Amino acid sequence: MTLFAHRHLLGIEPLAAADIETILHLAERFLEINARPIKKVPTLRGKTVINLFLEASTRTRTSFEIAAKRLSADAVNISGSASSTVKGETLLDTARNLDAMAPDVVVVRHAQAGSAQMLANEIKAAVVNAGDGAHEHPTQALLDCSTIRAHKQRIAGLEVAICGDIRHSRVARSNIWALTKLGARVRVAAPRTLLPPGLADMGASVHERIEPALEGADVVMMLRIQKERFGGSLFPNTREYSRYYGLNARRLELAKPDAIVMHPGPINRGVEIDPAVADGPRNVILDQVARGVAIRMAVLYLLAGGEAAE
Amino acid sequence: MMVRKPPPDNDLRERRELLDAAGIARTLRRLAHEIVERVPHNDGKPLYLVGVRTGGAYLAHRLCDILVAAGEGRPTLGAVDITLYRDDVFSGLPKPEIGPTDLPSPIDGRTIVLVDDVLFTGRTVRAAMDVLADYGRPRAVKLAALIDRGLRELPIQPDFVGLAVQTTERESVRVMLTERGEPDRVVLRERA
Repeated sequence: MTLFAHRHLLGIEPLAAADIETILHLAERFLEINARPIKKVPTLRGKTVINLFLEASTRTRTSFEIAAKRLSADAVNISGSASSTVKGETLLDTARNLDAMAPDVVVVRHAQAGSAQMLANEIKAAVVNAGDGAHEHPTQALLDCSTIRAHKQRIAGLEVAICGDIRHSRVARSNIWALTKLGARVRVAAPRTLLPPGLADMGASVHERIEPALEGADVVMMLRIQKERFGGSLFPNTREYSRYYGLNARRLELAKPDAIVMHPGPINRGVEIDPAVADGPRNVILDQVARGVAIRMAVLYLLAGGEAAE
Repeated sequence: MMVRKPPPDNDLRERRELLDAAGIARTLRRLAHEIVERVPHNDGKPLYLVGVRTGGAYLAHRLCDILVAAGEGRPTLGAVDITLYRDDVFSGLPKPEIGPTDLPSPIDGRTIVLVDDVLFTGRTVRAAMDVLADYGRPRAVKLAALIDRGLRELPIQPDFVGLAVQTTERESVRVMLTERGEPDRVVLRERA
C-alpha cells in the first residue's frame, strides 16, 4: 500500500492509479463502519470539516456531512442561498473568512471550473473538490469505481459506456480519468452538441449514437441533461432526446447480459433513463450512494490529518 | 500540488534474541492453557479470543489452533484493527492500511481475551477496548500478551504474559512470525 502524498483532492487527473487504489481500499474498511450498530469512530475527533456548497446538492452534501460525522469530525454546512455570496462576497473572500476559523478541510462545490484549485492555492485548509463546474467531481468517480469493482470484481479490461450530457458533466470527466487510469475502456455517447472537445485525448472513444456505445458494455452509466447550464438550446426537445438517447429495456439488451446500470443522480425519470430500467434488477444506483459515504470517509481520513510539506 | 514528507527511516539494530521458534511455540502453549484454566466460561459459550491486528491476530489464531488440538474446544476467534482509534493516528502521515475488524459473534455478555504481540505503553490496548465498546458490552475483557516490555503510559496490566522483559525507551521489541513471511523469532533492537 502506497502512502497518499496529496494535500488536496482537486480532481482525478492529478492522481496516480496507486492513489486511487489507496482510496478504494480504505473505503472498503469504512463500509464496515457503516454497517455497525454504532456507526462512529473517534478518528477525526477535534477536526473541523466545512462543506461549502454554492450549488444545489442533496446527495453529495449529505454524504460528506455523514462521512465527517461518522469519523467524529465537526461538520459545518454552508449552502449557497444561506451564504454571504448572496450579499456579493466573492468565493475567495468567503473562503478566506472560513479559513480564518481554522477548519482542517473545506469541501467545496461551485459552478466555476477551477474554483477548488483556486481555494487550494489560497487557504491553509485541505480542499476537497465536490464538483467545480464542468471540470471534475472526483469523489463521484471514486464511488463509481468502488461500485463497479464490487459488482464486477475488477475494473481493468471492462467496457464502460457513459451516455448523456457529457459536455456539462464533471462526473463524466472524472470517471474517464479514473476508469482509464485503472485500465477500463471508456466509450462516451451523446448528441454532437453535448460532446465537448478533447474526449479522445482523455482516452475515451466517442459515439454520436448510443447504440454502438452500449454494444457489449459491462457497465452503463447514464447522465442527466443539465438544462440549468444551457437553457435547453442544444437539442430540439426532451421527448426527442429521450427517444434517441434514453436508456430503455430494449437498448439495454445491447449491453452484456450481466451489465450494471449506474446513474450519479439526480435522475430525470423518463428522460435519460426509463423508470423500468432505473428501478430494474441491473441498477446499482443506491449502491453508489451507499459507497459514497465510505469513499468520502476515506478521503477525509487521508486529508484531515497531515501537514503540508513546504 | 503540494506533496507530503515521507516518514523518517527507522534506524534499529538487533541486540539480542528474546525467543526463537521453539520458544514462541512453548510460550504460546503455556499461555493457551493458562487462559482456559483461568477464564470462566460457565455460561456455556466458548472462549472468545480477539487478536489486535496484525501481530495479535496471528497469535490469537495460533492460540486457537493449540486449544483445538488439545481438545479444549474451538474458541470464537475475532480480530480488531485499532488504526482509527489510535490517539496518535495523525502523528506523521495517516496510515493508508487499515485491516478489517471482524467479530464473528456478538460480544455482549461474553468474556473476551484480547491478544497482543507486544504490550508496551498500553495505548494499543486502550484503543482496542474502545473498539470493543463500539460493538457491545462484554462481561469482562482480559488481556494476553506474548511479550510485556514494560514502560506503561496508562493504567493497564496484562492477565496473561508470555515473557516479561525490561526495556528502555531507546529499544524496540520486534515479533517476527511466519504468517508475515519471516521465521518465528522475537528480537530486542536498539536505535543505532
